[in-house]
Amino acid sequence: MNEMNDNNNAYGAWEPKIVAFVCNWCTYAGADLAGTSRYKYPPNMKIIRVMCSGAVDPVFIIKAFERGADGVLVSGCHPNDCHYNAGNFHARRRWDLFHALLDFIGIEKERLQFSWISASEGKKFADVVTKVTNDIKAVGPFKSYQKMNREFTAVFPAKDNPAESDTAVLKEVNDGRA
Amino acid sequence: MEELRRYAKELLVSGEVAAVIGYMQVSETRTKPVIIIDPTDTSLLVLNEYCLNNLTVYLTRARIKALAREKDKVKKLAVVVKPCDERSIVALIQENQIRRDELVIISFNCHGVVRDFGCSFVPDTLAAKCSVCTSAAPQYSDKIFGEVKEIPGTDDKQLMKIDETGNKSAAERFEFFSKEFDKCIKCYACRAVCPLCYCQRCITDKTIPRWIESSSHSRGNFSWNIVRAFHLSGRCTGCGECDRACPMDIPLSLINRKMAQASKDLFGYESGKSLEKATLVGSFDKKDSDEIFM
Repeated sequence: MNEMNDNNNAYGAWEPKIVAFVCNWCTYAGADLAGTSRYKYPPNMKIIRVMCSGAVDPVFIIKAFERGADGVLVSGCHPNDCHYNAGNFHARRRWDLFHALLDFIGIEKERLQFSWISASEGKKFADVVTKVTNDIKAVGPFKSYQKMNREFTAVFPAKDNPAESDTAVLKEVNDGRA
Repeated sequence: MEELRRYAKELLVSGEVAAVIGYMQVSETRTKPVIIIDPTDTSLLVLNEYCLNNLTVYLTRARIKALAREKDKVKKLAVVVKPCDERSIVALIQENQIRRDELVIISFNCHGVVRDFGCSFVPDTLAAKCSVCTSAAPQYSDKIFGEVKEIPGTDDKQLMKIDETGNKSAAERFEFFSKEFDKCIKCYACRAVCPLCYCQRCITDKTIPRWIESSSHSRGNFSWNIVRAFHLSGRCTGCGECDRACPMDIPLSLINRKMAQASKDLFGYESGKSLEKATLVGSFDKKDSDEIFM
């Protein structure tokens, strides 16, 4: 039995799931530019738009791992370019500490990555996505965390657990049933 | 000790303070916190190697704060602290949780405390934090008692453990910590005892959405312990109370100490050392390192 069923592509090979928290003002626009410029990058990244890289709480990242992400990217405006003047400066301090903490706890550095991508850097966006995807392909599926997730959902099935219930909805959406 | 009692009595009789938060002896090797509002009770106060609790934690509690609130004025609160606990007060003042002018800080020249109640005071039973103590002399206290004595020297076992853990591979560390966190029973004693965990409503108590599973399953334990450690990063003053309070002996202060190291290495910041500095995560420097950012 292949435990990574959900993450397999049409040819049966494992594909990483990556969640990207990108800021509305720079990286999201950069991603848009990458699209309109028709740059190619791997389709593994699921983008979640937030208003500022400083608005990403570390629990978002833990939640992403809990829902089966193999890696997370957080990306925002370059320093001094923040729409809210100082959001990314605050974020930078926080991420330095959080990165050190996760490293000490034993989560590989490749699993959580950070970047600054401006609205004009469509190419950089494509490059970063490619690099992050390759890094995570190299370290492989996040088995240790996914083992905890499976054990958890075995004890607390999604239907009994309001916090998990939207995953069921999401699955239906992905399956084309809803 | 007599001087301390006399001083506390004066404070209460003159009406300058509403209450004195201090230690009282329970048995030969055990003390407990006591909140004194009656001047005659000041004879209970003690200061010795068995004063383990960090009494700063009471300063953020609403019921204790209410003691000092009178109809038309706010009285002060007097608190007896070890020099290391004084750092928690500094951190709380920095974070605008308490005001310096509403406090009387009574401290003493500390020469180390025991690891836990029931141990007699010999170098072997010295608390882990005391072997690396850098705050033996109080900085911000109104009154300092006791003579200056040397802290008995011991090895820094905690640092050795940090290095040992740091040298393992990522997978081994994950294994080590998930095994340790697996023991967690979500009693939140670490949160209750921590002077810097003062949020009125903790993120683990929030249910819509539920960010951190509240059942003591390994997944929820993992996220709780990461969040706890992260929320104390660059803030923890290393009083070690969480370690002492944890009924399952999870090495909480190992992670806290590691994060204190990281904030010192990355930003040259030590929590609770200076009232003049802004807090680490509440401020920023445009010259912070861009190393981890692509």
